[in-house]
Amino acid sequence: MLRYILGRLLTFIPTFIGVTIVSFGFIRVLPGDPIIVMAGERGMDQERYNELMNQYGFNDPLLVQFWDYLTGVLQGDLGQSFVTKRPVWDEFFALFPATLELSICAIILAVMLGIPAGVIAAVNRGKFFDRALMSTALVGYSMPIFWWALLMIIVFSGTLGWTPVSGRIDLLYYFDNTTGFMLIDSLLSGQDGAFLSAVRHLILPSIVLATIPLAVIARQTRSAMLEVLSEDYIRTARAKGLRPIRINGLHALRNAMIPVITVIGLSVGTLLAGAILTETIFSWPGIGKWMVDSIYRRDYPVVQGGLLLIAVMVMVVNLTVDLLYGLINPKIRKR
Amino acid sequence: MSLTKRLATGGLLALLAGGASAQTLVYCSEGSPEGFDPALYTAGTTFDASSQAVYNRLVEFKTGTTETQPGLAESYEASEDGLEYTFHLRPGVKFQSTEYFTPSRDFNADDVIFTFMRQLDEENPYHDVSGGSWEYFNAMSMPDLIESIEKVDDMTVKFTLTRPEAPFVANMAMDFASILSKEYADQMMEAGTPEMLNQQPVGTGPFEWVAYQKDAVIRYKANEDYWQDGLPKVENLVFAITPDASVRYQKLQAGECHIMPYPNPADVQAMKDDDGINLMQQEGLNVGYLAYNTKQEPFDNPKVRKALNMAIDKQAIIDVVFQGSGQIAKNPIPPTMWSYNEAIEDDAYDPEAAKKMLEDAGVSDLSMKIWAMPVQRPYNPNARRMAELMQEDFSEIGVDVEIVSYEWGEYLERSKAEDRDGAVLLGWTGDNGDPDNFLAVLLGCDAVGGSNRAQWCNEDFDKLVQEAKTITDQSKRAELYKEAQEVFKDQAPWATIAHSVVFMPMLPKVEGYKVHPLGSHIFTEVSLSE
Repeated sequence: MLRYILGRLLTFIPTFIGVTIVSFGFIRVLPGDPIIVMAGERGMDQERYNELMNQYGFNDPLLVQFWDYLTGVLQGDLGQSFVTKRPVWDEFFALFPATLELSICAIILAVMLGIPAGVIAAVNRGKFFDRALMSTALVGYSMPIFWWALLMIIVFSGTLGWTPVSGRIDLLYYFDNTTGFMLIDSLLSGQDGAFLSAVRHLILPSIVLATIPLAVIARQTRSAMLEVLSEDYIRTARAKGLRPIRINGLHALRNAMIPVITVIGLSVGTLLAGAILTETIFSWPGIGKWMVDSIYRRDYPVVQGGLLLIAVMVMVVNLTVDLLYGLINPKIRKR
Repeated sequence: MSLTKRLATGGLLALLAGGASAQTLVYCSEGSPEGFDPALYTAGTTFDASSQAVYNRLVEFKTGTTETQPGLAESYEASEDGLEYTFHLRPGVKFQSTEYFTPSRDFNADDVIFTFMRQLDEENPYHDVSGGSWEYFNAMSMPDLIESIEKVDDMTVKFTLTRPEAPFVANMAMDFASILSKEYADQMMEAGTPEMLNQQPVGTGPFEWVAYQKDAVIRYKANEDYWQDGLPKVENLVFAITPDASVRYQKLQAGECHIMPYPNPADVQAMKDDDGINLMQQEGLNVGYLAYNTKQEPFDNPKVRKALNMAIDKQAIIDVVFQGSGQIAKNPIPPTMWSYNEAIEDDAYDPEAAKKMLEDAGVSDLSMKIWAMPVQRPYNPNARRMAELMQEDFSEIGVDVEIVSYEWGEYLERSKAEDRDGAVLLGWTGDNGDPDNFLAVLLGCDAVGGSNRAQWCNEDFDKLVQEAKTITDQSKRAELYKEAQEVFKDQAPWATIAHSVVFMPMLPKVEGYKVHPLGSHIFTEVSLSE
């Protein structure tokens, strides 16, 4: 197992180098000079322009800029935001817990609902349940997040008044961000009702963010289950007279989980993409919105640093998924 | 549950500093501030959270107007030649005492000198702190304009200028001129954390900064020692950062905030019909225009430009592009600005007459480009759509239009070129409420090849505008600017299209709010009725 983990970790290195190059190159490929964009309609004289170009190091050859960036990264320095003048690192870690908290809630929701839905659909193949669940999943998958989120807000917050419209916690609660995770911090604060308020604020964004992964997981579980259910050993199990719940739950589902876990792992990428819209609509102070704003503002250090950190996160998730394969299927870890 | 209900029932009042009567005003702001030192930035969102809440300036804009009034300077006088401005500072003004700073002295001349010298003097230890890009200070040409700043005594500061410049006083009311505490700055420099000036602000303004959670909430409390008696009226001010306009509206309806800026144009009608919402409105201090390249044929002929202007159905643009949140522009400056020339008549929409004028000018089979901006701006919410409408209008008089666009940075840069091909859609939002800031910046001879996108240099116009700069008497200046607007209308370097209308929805219990033409959101005089 240790060798397996080490082997996986080694693949990190080339991926990391690749990501560094891509994140550096990506923003520079976009048209638009960051300094001109910064000056806007007001413009700037040539002298001032040159001064700023020098200050930000844009007059250096690209390779020199890359070298500066790379050496910075290796020393844990991702540079400073052009806009807020604060270290990218600080900004990322101030915002990331919010994204992580929302993503974890969303993925838990998606898994808890998606896997049972897929299993039920597979077992009832072709029947009403199957059709209903899979059409719902298709609708969920095709849902424009923006529209869906607003609809949820209008219905549940506006008309029914069940949930708050946006934000992470009621504004009347005010305490230190010890961990950055509102659920934990609200408990730590010891204030009456703070935790409940944080939970209420999480409901709608989690549902919205979970929608697409939920649909994908349900569909994947269904098709993996169908495949496994037609295997010989399932037939044998049936012939032996095992109870259906044992067949489906233990023998079939466990073997169907490999592709499902892959999909869950890949959903993390989707979650980050979905987070951009979800965070904007629900005024959720996470990294999705932060990245988009930075791209518009051509805030190079934030875009390249943020991309790099997100990529590392995705790599860590993928590694975890690989390790999970090993746990579920001994054949993989021995290979 | 609404905010007031919670306030009545919740057990959190203590945290919001005050007893049961503590009034907390919640403003659903549209975005995050970039920082809290206004001189480093140019965005209105940042100014609302910093300069307007936390700081004061020597001169202030009277809320709701573009006129100036005394601020931290009780009075000022200009020398005969317009080269020296002496400010007499207000005694007894205190900087805010916060958890991170306790002032040992009142506001004085050292603070004023520090505020400007850090922007002006490259040797100043604060010049390069936090990136040190003093964009507005530079954009208003202050480094060229200020010859020296001198402390006459503890309560008197003298600015000497390199040339007479009447808008200087208005510049002193701008956000970049917000007065910071030198004592606080020195302490932070000594502690090795000068960037704290931009993160934990200290000012003399109505509200004291309490905390900022990035992209989520900014909290302030009333400055108990504020020098204006009885202000601010609320005890706590909270900015709930809510980037999506429709969500802001939902929050307002749900009572999660009291007041919000920038509603979705599509929601405005519903807000007007909603008894639970009080919708205030005012023309914005901006103008959207189409700038011809007056250096190129046939657009060098005023008659051709005039003919094209007459072919544009501006009302249709207001209806379609602005969805009612705009007003037809006839002058290059907005109606809320002093010296606006009411008497001028706009070119009538008359395609027939326009066609004839073109023929008379000997122009036939004209084809031209219209540049459409790729971004949304208050003065032009949808440039592409606007260009398409113009394309239709021009085709009616036999002019063929090709619409082009570039990435925003490219667009700004390329449109400056004197040999540029085509007419450019662009606009401007006023900085200091001074007409010079529109007329000289956008149409002066000096600005050709720069912000003068029409590349228009008219001697009569330029003379009037330059002369107005050198006079300090506002009524005399207004006369000159009114005359300049006549020259502009006659020569038509632009098609003036629209001024946006700014809407400000709020709950009926919000009292004393004034829509500010310069775009700032100011809560000093706002209170909540029970």
